[in-house]
Amino acid sequence: MGTKPVKHSGFLWVALVVLLVSATGSQVVLEGKLQRPALLPGVQWVQSPGLMRRVAVGFNAIWADIYWIRAVQYYGDTKLSVDGKKNYDQLYPLLDITTSLDPYFSIAYRFGSILLSEGYPNGPGQADQAITLLEKGIRETPNRWQYYHDAGFVKYWWTRDAQAAADWFLKGAKLPGAPNWLEPLAATVLAEHGEREASRELWVQLAATAEHDWIRKAAERGLKQLDAEAHIEILEGLAQKFYDTYGRFPNGWGDLTGIKWLRRIPVDPAGQFYVLDPVTGTVNVSPRSPLYPLRSRTR
Amino acid sequence: MRSIAIIAGGVFRDSIRDRIGYGLVFFSIMLMASSFLLAQLTAGQDVKIIKDLGLAAASGIGLFIATFFGIGLVTKEVERRSIYSVLSKPVTRTQFVIGKYLGLVLTLLINLSIMVAAFYAVLWYLDLTTVSSAKTAWEAPAMDPQMLKAFALIGVELMLITATAIFFSTFSSPFLSVALTFAVYVVGHFGEDLKNLNSIVKSMVLPFVAKGVYYVMPNLSALDVKSAVVHGLPVSGTSMLLATGSCLLYIATLLVGSVLIFSRRDLK
Repeated sequence: MGTKPVKHSGFLWVALVVLLVSATGSQVVLEGKLQRPALLPGVQWVQSPGLMRRVAVGFNAIWADIYWIRAVQYYGDTKLSVDGKKNYDQLYPLLDITTSLDPYFSIAYRFGSILLSEGYPNGPGQADQAITLLEKGIRETPNRWQYYHDAGFVKYWWTRDAQAAADWFLKGAKLPGAPNWLEPLAATVLAEHGEREASRELWVQLAATAEHDWIRKAAERGLKQLDAEAHIEILEGLAQKFYDTYGRFPNGWGDLTGIKWLRRIPVDPAGQFYVLDPVTGTVNVSPRSPLYPLRSRTR
Repeated sequence: MRSIAIIAGGVFRDSIRDRIGYGLVFFSIMLMASSFLLAQLTAGQDVKIIKDLGLAAASGIGLFIATFFGIGLVTKEVERRSIYSVLSKPVTRTQFVIGKYLGLVLTLLINLSIMVAAFYAVLWYLDLTTVSSAKTAWEAPAMDPQMLKAFALIGVELMLITATAIFFSTFSSPFLSVALTFAVYVVGHFGEDLKNLNSIVKSMVLPFVAKGVYYVMPNLSALDVKSAVVHGLPVSGTSMLLATGSCLLYIATLLVGSVLIFSRRDLK
């Protein structure tokens, strides 16, 4: 009476397979027919790093990883979104919580400062927040010269404050284990007419000291942007020469290739065609280019 | 001594038969293995995330087993009335409590060892599949033996949580015992906040009480070196010994307390 095992007939097995196939089929039918709710903007429920640190009781490091993943995903989603008004407001709070949960999270300070300082629309363009984040890293690990280097980089590249950048480099150069090129770098950024050389040097050093591929790739992109700026200078010179000769700017690259001033339509280091404005004669990288926007063009 | 060993062996055998325990350890191992996928979602830090997740899984699953199994050790025997048959034999209540405790500690330590082996296997695979240029960015090697220090202290913490769970289960309901054990865990990690409460609140009495709680409760944050070992920071043997010594004193106190309460309990 129900206490002994029962051997079911094949009917139940067939029924199981049929039901499973039907259930899967219903999913296929439902897919695309259901009205999907509109995506809500991300909400960060916990804004306070102090509260989050307490809530994490003993699991701070894993929560820091989760917040770091959230920060990277948030940055990537916002950057790739087609929304005309990209909003990076939550990036700094996410990085602040990450580094409060794990104060030694080096990549969160270093890569986080790159993300924060990146110019709009590729990033929030918040150089001051990048410096605040790096200063927090310095308070936690005062002997990491890399944070001083990164702060100098942000000051020089994004806020164009050569003196502040040099001060950061000099402070970093005094730390134990700092590389011998950090002190000369301060002199280079202060040298007049040496802006592009200094910028190149900064990117080269950032790529050389990068602890991770992501930073190295960002540095390589910076170097390509510098190359593009150099190309644009030459191309705008040609457009101006065309104006002086024909009394108007070229309508397109065809005008310049037609008179053999250019052998072919110029492409930027990422392989995209440069864009020529026939009204002003200015040249820029294409908005489709991964090098867009150039720092020199956003000022 | 023999009675204690028999009871401890019984707990160990029961836990082996218990599929929930297996499931939890298996879940923890799967979590460690899946950390590979999680690491793909972020900008680098794969080795850090794998280590963090492995240590957190070992600690979290261990905490779960220590609390829920620890509470069941005494209460289940009383509820099922099987305690009468145990105590009718030449076994004292002291031997019963100590035996139950040691049996679960043995189970936890074996579970922890399995998780350590799985953890190092995952890291070994990561080490094997990572190019040497990428390894230069690691703060500590993948197979860093320093991480054993964190596991050792997780083991000490679990021993303390087990003693706490048994202590509360000797006089309160299972639900309340779970709540109280978790409360001890949380308060144990709030040590510094309790100590420095006077800098946050204006009350004269509250900081005084908080400081009292700070000194009475075990300081579990002293046992938490997970973040330090992951970042390759030094963990001194002296601080480990001090933290372990302090915890052993708390464990002894809780077990003596459990024996005193359980000995006076009317089981009729």
